[in-house]
Amino acid sequence: MRHVISVLIENEAGALSRVSGLFSARGYNIESLTVAPTEDGSLSRMTIISTGSDDIIEQITKQLNKLIEVVKVVDLSEAAHIERELMLIKVRATGKDREELKRVSDIFRGRIIDVTDSTYVIELTGNTAKLDSFVGAIDSSLILETVRTGVAGIGRGDRILRL
Amino acid sequence: MLLTGAEIVVRCLQEEKVDYVFGYPGGAVLYLYDELFKQDKVRHVLVRHEQAALHAADAYSRSTERVGVALVTSGPGVTNAVTGIATAYMDSIPMVIITGQVPTAAIGQDAFQECDTVGITRPCVKHNFLVKDVKDIAPTIKKAFFIAKTGRPGPVLVDIPKDITIAKAEFDYPKSVTMRSYNPITKGHQGQIKKAVQLLLEAKRPMIYAGGGVVLSDCSDKLTKLVRMLGAPCTNTLMGLGAYPATDRQFVGMLGMHGNYEANMAMQYCDVLLAVGARFDDRVIGNPADFARVARKIIHIDIDPSSISKRVKVDVPIVGNLPDVLDDVLRLLEGSSERPDKDALGEWWKQIEEWRRRDCLKYKNSDEVIKPQFVVEKLWEVTKGDAFVTSDVGQHQMWAAQYYKFDKPRRWLNSGGLGTMGVGIPYGIGVQLAHPGSPVAVVTGEGSVQMNIQELSTCKQYRIPLKICSLNNRYLGMVRQWQEFIHGNRYSESYMDSLPDFAKLAEAYGHVGLRVEKPGDVEGALREAFKRKNDLVFIDFQVDPTENVYPMVMGGKGLTDMILSAEDL
Repeated sequence: MRHVISVLIENEAGALSRVSGLFSARGYNIESLTVAPTEDGSLSRMTIISTGSDDIIEQITKQLNKLIEVVKVVDLSEAAHIERELMLIKVRATGKDREELKRVSDIFRGRIIDVTDSTYVIELTGNTAKLDSFVGAIDSSLILETVRTGVAGIGRGDRILRL
Repeated sequence: MLLTGAEIVVRCLQEEKVDYVFGYPGGAVLYLYDELFKQDKVRHVLVRHEQAALHAADAYSRSTERVGVALVTSGPGVTNAVTGIATAYMDSIPMVIITGQVPTAAIGQDAFQECDTVGITRPCVKHNFLVKDVKDIAPTIKKAFFIAKTGRPGPVLVDIPKDITIAKAEFDYPKSVTMRSYNPITKGHQGQIKKAVQLLLEAKRPMIYAGGGVVLSDCSDKLTKLVRMLGAPCTNTLMGLGAYPATDRQFVGMLGMHGNYEANMAMQYCDVLLAVGARFDDRVIGNPADFARVARKIIHIDIDPSSISKRVKVDVPIVGNLPDVLDDVLRLLEGSSERPDKDALGEWWKQIEEWRRRDCLKYKNSDEVIKPQFVVEKLWEVTKGDAFVTSDVGQHQMWAAQYYKFDKPRRWLNSGGLGTMGVGIPYGIGVQLAHPGSPVAVVTGEGSVQMNIQELSTCKQYRIPLKICSLNNRYLGMVRQWQEFIHGNRYSESYMDSLPDFAKLAEAYGHVGLRVEKPGDVEGALREAFKRKNDLVFIDFQVDPTENVYPMVMGGKGLTDMILSAEDL
């Protein structure tokens, strides 16, 4: 099963490699990992997307908690939460494709943020499935480059992860 | 007053009341060594290879309740130390390792003797630090000791660049540590403890399985009291030997791959299993699916939540500091009006005694050739079971574990988790310095002992009178045994040719060397060795090269699927 694990961790050099090292050393799977400082600059917030059986996910959260610099770990997917990912996608936009790409981008509530004679850069946010379906909706031969941030997640309502 | 970083490091060690540092100097730690030279509170032990410094510090820690300290230089000093660090990590030994690093400005420049110490050691330390400001040295070392010995213990490394050892700062050793990200649990969950006590009282076939955690948290007395109150059988893991007295009737021996028949059978067929400071590892329970075949309730007490339900599903998990949890358990038991079911226990013991009558550790002794088991039995007799025993890794390690009956904790030192050959002599050094005057035996083999044989020189320098009992069978015995059982007697690279004359080698290092070839001479040689209180005596026992360790559970098999003797093959 796919899980969204949120981690509050001391914002120190090497903290990220402790987390990524843990996953590779124990053979856990990472689909994506995002990290950036929080409003408190001494703390970073990570969102890790991982898949595994309940036993493995339980071990992952326990092992993460064991890292000295980890302050808190929450499996967001245990309850209502929101996931968002940002994608920047550069497409070849010439001739009749220009209009079509603009239209599809609008449907997905994307924004064209760079325009040249022959290319667009489209910015799109949403959950993973939405970004996947946008990629699926346009002609793959037109895609020049895609870059995705990986998922950032947050609990809904009163579910708050902080110190 | 401003002190240099090097002075601060040494002052920190003094504040921590460190009496021995095991290490080896080099360019990046010259200022540290200069400060060690100027004082006499912290004594330095110069080893002959950094790996041995780590093992000796590790053994110092294993045999006491204290944190072992090692000091090595950058680059190769660190890479040599890695095996020692990983060995301590796998067995949860509290240690602080101070490493030199190239100057801050040179980091990342592929400088001479530079390596990414924090990166290389990350997977085999509880935590590590790179100190980049002289003001951080004291708080970092304070944290290192705190982290090493609290929670599930482990080695903590502090990497200090050379320029930081020269820079100056005020010295103020923190009195305490608070870390928002690290708060080890101590008290166990009271509801879970109640459930556990209830299960133990209702058990018809209870079994207690105690591991290295009991030794590390110094609660053998509490465990022993509990085992006696419950009237249950108790087994110890390889790391837990001595946690429950081996000569007690309720002790059913070590369990696992080379465990006693009665221990493995009781483990499999109990109805309530209490695991204390043990982690159900692959050498202990064999195939987990086979173990799960029999229904039983499992209570697991451990300080590390990630050890619980890792390999075996547990019914009552209790996360906490063992002494605290055992106190709670004992208090509830004492306060309860219920008592264990005497009749059921009687039946259970009848069954256990029947298993015990298989006498799984019996072996055919010989008048012609020395049996390795016989040497360990005699060692136990001659030392009256009261020596510190270190071992290396292999067959001799298992024979030492099986035939030396440890009645006290912290007397048995071996590399259980990582299985590091070559720990024997350096472990002996650490133990002997921690316990001057006590008999220390090193049970080893001609394979393992050569992995750190150079430490005989350290033993000479510091007058460390180890009694090294080498069970020399001319084979890498455990490898040979597996090749015999699994690989059709194809002894690929497990025979060692061109061995040195170990007695002469010991003499060359300035020690006493003996070579023993006849069973009749074993006891005399051991008595002679232990009589020489101030000498290191190396006894090269020429033992039966074909002897195997029994019982044995082959890899992937269930715990009760044991080969008891050559006839079972």
